[in-house]
Amino acid sequence: MKITLRGGRVIDPAAGRDEVTDVFIAAGKIAAIGSAPSDWHANKEINAAGCVVAPGLVDLAVHVKRGTLATELAAAAAGGVTSVVCLPDTDPVLDEPGLVDMLRFRAQSFHSTHVYPLGALTKALAGSQLSELSKLAEAGCVGFGQAETPILDTQVLLRAMQYAATYDYAVWLRPQDPHLSREGTAHDGEVASRLGLVGIPVAAETIALTTHIELARATGVRLHVCRVSCAQSVELIRRAKSEGLRITADVSINHLHLIDLDVGFFDSNFHLTPPLRSSRDRDALIAGLMDGTLDAIVSDHTPRPSSAKQVPFSESAPGASGLELLLSLSLRLAESADIDLSKMLNMLTARPAKAAALSAAGSLAIGASADLCVFDPGAYRLISAASMRSAGKNTPFLGYELPGVVRATVAAGYIAYESVA
Amino acid sequence: MLSKKNLQLNADGNLNHLLAIEGLPKRIIERILDTAESFVGINEREVKVVPLLRGKSIFNIFFENSTRTRTTFEIAAKRLSADVINLDVGRSSTSKGETILDTIANLTAMHADMFVVRHSASGAPHLIAQHAAPHIHVINAGDGRHEHPTQGLLDVFTIRKYKKDFTRLTVAIVGDVLHSRVARSQIHALTTLGVPELRVIGPHTLLPTDIARLGVRTFSSLEEGLKGVDVVTMLRLQNERMNGALLPSASEYFSRYGLTPKKLALAKPDAIVLHPGPMNRGVEIDSAVADGSQSVILPQVTYGIAVRMAVMAILAGSTK
Repeated sequence: MKITLRGGRVIDPAAGRDEVTDVFIAAGKIAAIGSAPSDWHANKEINAAGCVVAPGLVDLAVHVKRGTLATELAAAAAGGVTSVVCLPDTDPVLDEPGLVDMLRFRAQSFHSTHVYPLGALTKALAGSQLSELSKLAEAGCVGFGQAETPILDTQVLLRAMQYAATYDYAVWLRPQDPHLSREGTAHDGEVASRLGLVGIPVAAETIALTTHIELARATGVRLHVCRVSCAQSVELIRRAKSEGLRITADVSINHLHLIDLDVGFFDSNFHLTPPLRSSRDRDALIAGLMDGTLDAIVSDHTPRPSSAKQVPFSESAPGASGLELLLSLSLRLAESADIDLSKMLNMLTARPAKAAALSAAGSLAIGASADLCVFDPGAYRLISAASMRSAGKNTPFLGYELPGVVRATVAAGYIAYESVA
Repeated sequence: MLSKKNLQLNADGNLNHLLAIEGLPKRIIERILDTAESFVGINEREVKVVPLLRGKSIFNIFFENSTRTRTTFEIAAKRLSADVINLDVGRSSTSKGETILDTIANLTAMHADMFVVRHSASGAPHLIAQHAAPHIHVINAGDGRHEHPTQGLLDVFTIRKYKKDFTRLTVAIVGDVLHSRVARSQIHALTTLGVPELRVIGPHTLLPTDIARLGVRTFSSLEEGLKGVDVVTMLRLQNERMNGALLPSASEYFSRYGLTPKKLALAKPDAIVLHPGPMNRGVEIDSAVADGSQSVILPQVTYGIAVRMAVMAILAGSTK
């Protein structure tokens, strides 16, 4: 199928391109930008006037459970996200090559957003026996992680990193000391003390992160730090990077907007992992993103059934649905923090693709996979449960009016999503 | 970010639910105390019943067991002529997989007018108030470590009985503040009523992070903290917290923080001693103090009935 995207503002941060022009798509690839290839007959033309045409978003943290792949990929496409890294805590856990094959096969059948699985670093994420990393990598895993289940035994963690380093596989870890975060549901500070919630101290993150960095130094493994939440972590990563360690990091869009105070009167939609921290932490996360210490913004998409949130805060399942909000919340952040649109898109496309070594994603290079997002940056939309395609309607941003309406999403040359202006 | 609505107050600023002392205006606290004053007399009469809540159904929903607190609410409701239904949910519905909101929907269908809720999770009464039918009033009878507002109110009622002017008092709260909903409610009640010096005393393991932000001074020495105080509230130390990583032993705790006559002598001579009960004699408080002339622990229990009557009467008279 041949598609013409006519007259949009084409922004490709990877190439430094920002101009009003046309994009030509053929055979699943970007065929040309600017003037049409010779003998061009499009099967479909999309009027992109007034819209931005950008690489499809690359989201490095998406939780998908059994039976929800269809709705969640539809949500991704509706959010302009064309590549997602799927965390290994699927059901069952991604610790066998056959499961990875099956996930990729099913995902491909939708002709929609690309799914890049992370394999489980240890069997069943139990933290004792290594998964078959080589076989999992052959099946298509782009890295190995533990999702939300830390490895308790540091010896196992060291061995896992050594083994992964042997074959230059990346290890993706969310730093959290399981002992210091036991039973915790909120940032350990004034708000948790007032509400009588068990706190998770900043040290729970920095202790684990320090361990991860030291073991990365010792083993030479590529380390991707998932979803940092506090100022001290940004500083630790900054120092490790300046030493030349092979470290990348991401931060969730929720933590760039919200702080612990926003929990209000026990609103369980604000129960997230890691917890929302102080305004000082939020400012440091934004600064870390701006100076490149943090590589990518992620949605940390965690859809939950309403029953998992309609319980007391401390008993609710943590996480927020985010695929459909990532773009809009990033545009809002660009407005409030005065960040150039191209720079903001860079943190959602080229930078995450580079951090995850997804060479096929995140740019509009000629001949690259035609993964694009067409959105109206000036249009606003109201966030409501009814407006969300994800099975999870759990978001702290219900009732918000946010900028950015996706008009079309193209994945590997297929129209994965289209809305009428 | 979007503003959060204070569920406790209706559009006119009157009390619609009692979920927490935090955020209650001074005028509402004073109105409850004044109303409770009028009920103290009733409780001393031979016929201790008034018909204020005749025909109303009050459900005591205790997801966490507490015979004692439930009984005081039951007495208060019965003295106001309400019908009282006690539900020990902890052992029935939830163990069969029913959610809190299912339970609430079922009870609402039985034409309840008021829910008195105790739950081990902080914020559970807020959740119930958010989802309850508009005519139903919710009273928090203790939620996790968060608040126990009627206890906080009966504490300040008792203090007012003995000390009159809050704006001249120094008050100390001693012990396990970390796990205490009583402490949080009392802190908010006292700061709202204008107490100029409020102290919390305990080892660092039992004081919540950044507790000073609530307007209190922290002390780790009982002797230092008790100097010149008018009121001492001793908190209960739960058995399961006595030997572990929070504290080495009950006896070491008693040697540091147990209130003995000798330590109480450091407070003002007319200082009063409160305890929310049930007491651990010899752990947080010496029997000589608990039974001594400065103890107001039993009057607290008596006033607790009047305060709970006042809260129920005010809520019953409120509309959305």
